[in-house]
Amino acid sequence: MKNKFNLFIIITFLCFCFAILYKGLNNSNIYSPKFNNLKNIPIFKAKDFNSNLFVDSKKIFEEDKFYIVNIWASWCVPCREEHSLLMELSKNKSVKLIGLNYRDNLDNAKKFINEFGNPYAQNLIDNEGSLSIEFGAYGVPETFVINKEKKIVKKFIGPINEEAAEEIKLIIK
Amino acid sequence: MLANQIGYYSLILGLLFSFLLCVVSIKDFKNNNKKINQNIFILSFLQLSFVIISFLSLILSFINSDFSNETVFNNSHTAKPLFYKISGTWGNHEGSLLLWLLVLTLFIFLFLVKSSNQPKKYRILTLLFQQMIIIGFFLFVLITSNPFNYLFPIPKEGLGLNPILQDPALAIHPPILYLGYVGSSIIFSAALAAVTQNYISKEWAQHIKKWVLVSWVFLSIGIMLGSIWAYYELGWGGFWFWDPVENVSLMPWLTLTALFHCIMVLEKRLALTSWVVILSITTFTLSMCGTFLVRSGILNSVHTFANDPARGIFILTFLFILIFLSLGIFFIFHKENNKDPSNFFWLSKETSILINNWFMMYFLSVVLIGTVYPIFLDVVTAEKISVGPPFYHKLIAPFLGPFLLFMALGPKLKWIKSKVEKRNSLIIFFAVSVVLTIFVLKNLTTDLLFYTVLISAAFFLFFTTLNELFVKKLNNISQTIAHFGFSLMILSILFNSILSSEIITNIKLGEKYNLNKIEIFFERIEEKKESNFNSIIGHFKITGENGKIVELKPELRIYDQPTMITSEADIKTTLLEDKFLVMNLVKGGEYFNIRYQVKPFMLLIWFSVLLLSFGGLISIFKKKYEK
Amino acid sequence: MKILKIFIILFLTLSFSQSKSDDKNDEIKSKILKNIRCLICQGQSVYDSESEFALSIKLIVDKKINVGLNEEQIYEFLREKYGDWIIYDPKLNKNTYILWLLPLLLFLFGGAIIYKNLIIKKIKFKDKK
Repeated sequence: MKNKFNLFIIITFLCFCFAILYKGLNNSNIYSPKFNNLKNIPIFKAKDFNSNLFVDSKKIFEEDKFYIVNIWASWCVPCREEHSLLMELSKNKSVKLIGLNYRDNLDNAKKFINEFGNPYAQNLIDNEGSLSIEFGAYGVPETFVINKEKKIVKKFIGPINEEAAEEIKLIIK
Repeated sequence: MLANQIGYYSLILGLLFSFLLCVVSIKDFKNNNKKINQNIFILSFLQLSFVIISFLSLILSFINSDFSNETVFNNSHTAKPLFYKISGTWGNHEGSLLLWLLVLTLFIFLFLVKSSNQPKKYRILTLLFQQMIIIGFFLFVLITSNPFNYLFPIPKEGLGLNPILQDPALAIHPPILYLGYVGSSIIFSAALAAVTQNYISKEWAQHIKKWVLVSWVFLSIGIMLGSIWAYYELGWGGFWFWDPVENVSLMPWLTLTALFHCIMVLEKRLALTSWVVILSITTFTLSMCGTFLVRSGILNSVHTFANDPARGIFILTFLFILIFLSLGIFFIFHKENNKDPSNFFWLSKETSILINNWFMMYFLSVVLIGTVYPIFLDVVTAEKISVGPPFYHKLIAPFLGPFLLFMALGPKLKWIKSKVEKRNSLIIFFAVSVVLTIFVLKNLTTDLLFYTVLISAAFFLFFTTLNELFVKKLNNISQTIAHFGFSLMILSILFNSILSSEIITNIKLGEKYNLNKIEIFFERIEEKKESNFNSIIGHFKITGENGKIVELKPELRIYDQPTMITSEADIKTTLLEDKFLVMNLVKGGEYFNIRYQVKPFMLLIWFSVLLLSFGGLISIFKKKYEK
Repeated sequence: MKILKIFIILFLTLSFSQSKSDDKNDEIKSKILKNIRCLICQGQSVYDSESEFALSIKLIVDKKINVGLNEEQIYEFLREKYGDWIIYDPKLNKNTYILWLLPLLLFLFGGAIIYKNLIIKKIKFKDKK
């Protein structure tokens, strides 16, 4: 009797393990963080790209508008891919684009902007990458959408494509 | 081209021989002859030969850089040195599975040859169970990971072997590891056969112990080779990262260790029968489980092979078939012998071995749970966590102290009932260990209490076994050497972690860097062209505190196929410490990032593992377990 | 003979002890970095990696230490940004009770089985006699 009970427990347990592992196989392995929606934007101070003066994060996000924070670098190839889409988005009046220039050489970055155009209402220098860490970014490019309540509502890892651009447009409507 | 065909058809023939073997042995099983049908030997030998032929033809394809073979195309390149062309054969998923098959068939053949004094039905059943595993793997290879896939049009050049795998230690690591890792399959089959035949006896214990030890010795050395590779190729002076792949090889090692300890109880006292069977089954199950975890891509690890869900599902199903089968056999056939249990006196060798098993199972549970728990959590709650070194250290280290103490005391006890002999000398040893440890550690570390307990326990084991080695006659030499090796290993690992020091800095060519009386001078750069990579060699002169100058030449290798930059550490090994220097490019500048480490007792760590394995080796060739 | 050996060992370890740098901050920093997973690498810690991400993390850990945050606070900061995945040392919470406690429970369970089979059975056997 006791033996049968043990056997029953073991079999149930094994079936459970099988089910879990089977499901685990189908899960994607690429880690995408569970994004807790509506995170506050971090508070920081950063150097402006053009004026080289320190600006406060409160000042940057003070308008009653949607904001898009885009992390970019001149050495990052995928950033070029998404650049035209960013340019298009920047024409939208209800949104302000903020650039974070990630671990870059300032001269190269300026060349990049001159060559491909400047979609950013304000551009900030993130020489050490610490600003991006404050946003919870992995690297370049990465894009955050911030709503009028100053919460991060959406995050795109990697270059944004047509689909992502459409999604952003929907949010900022 | 031809080799490709031969290899493929030999595999199919090998599979056919499996079925043939099953038919013939079932017939022979019913037969009342005392001896096994000679045909079985021949068939088993032929099967082995075909697997060898298949394996050789894959090697041949690799040597000839035959890119009509998909596996060769994916993992080789014409510019690679011959040695790495050959080792590339088992450096990939398909080829390594062929190695699995080779070990599986080799072990069953050897088993048949070596077990002539065992009952016939038991041998045949072992063969049948092993053939089941073999058939499973043949199917796995042929269906999901055929190493002889044909490519057309034939590519001109291969993709190349991952540069970090182009390394001598890693070239021999898989074959040796597999002899232990896959070799445990024979223990699995034999245990199942013995249960069905109700043949779990002293004789069986004596006979299977050799196989357990063989697997254990190979597994120990295999793990060590992997660690050595990680030490100078992967890491920054680390040699054990608690990476899932490492854990997966450690788990069968833990059960094997537990197994050959308690098999001695079975051999001597005919006790713990069920436990021995459970351990035998568990060991191979864990090997299979490890294969599943590594090959299916379910885990995130440094070494994961390219993943294909079909493979994962196949191994998973196969694994659970094996588990359920062995569970069924165990519950149906196994009869516990409820012989006089009072024989277990608390102060006896049996009890101390039980305690060994107790701790081993605990360590196993920590490693197993730590490895698979993130998968379970992810599936159930969709939350991802990382389980890394701190987890294992926190759960294992506190138990290591008592474990070492038992390890020192256990062998002093006698079977059935005993008293602690030479109590005085033990107490003296213990006192010496504690005093010594406190004295040594006094101004070394912040975690004084923790390390004191651990290190004095290790010293205690060290002294008692050392004493044994010199004072006693050679009657229990294998155990003493192995335990001595273990204490040496723990001591060197602990002191290594306490005493290691490092300097990390960015440095320019021609610059000098000073810290704590150590001077690092970046003298010059040399460029070299090898057949499969270009290398940049930095020449560094390092002046230690004692004024001695060491020249170290770390290297940056730029491989073309596939394009990858690796940094090769330069290590100066001496008996007591390793000096380790590795350099890296810093983006967009003339600076190099260097790490200089002084790591004491590295050589002793490797040496102690060899001692440990050597102890096991002696035990294999010993006639009988003494006293 | 034995005493000689002890002295040799003592001497060796003491000679090493002087080489130990006493820079506490560095020690803590490398301990912290070893416990952070480099999220864009395969199974490496930030300490072992030279990727852009790892370099940024290294800088920020440096900053946080200088500001006076302790180890746990730094982990908490990173957890908040990136989730539990980034720290190798899982925190004890409702997600990880099983992870931390199951091995310990199994240890107790194993001890109980051994105790039962050794002591209790023995007493029963004596009673029968």
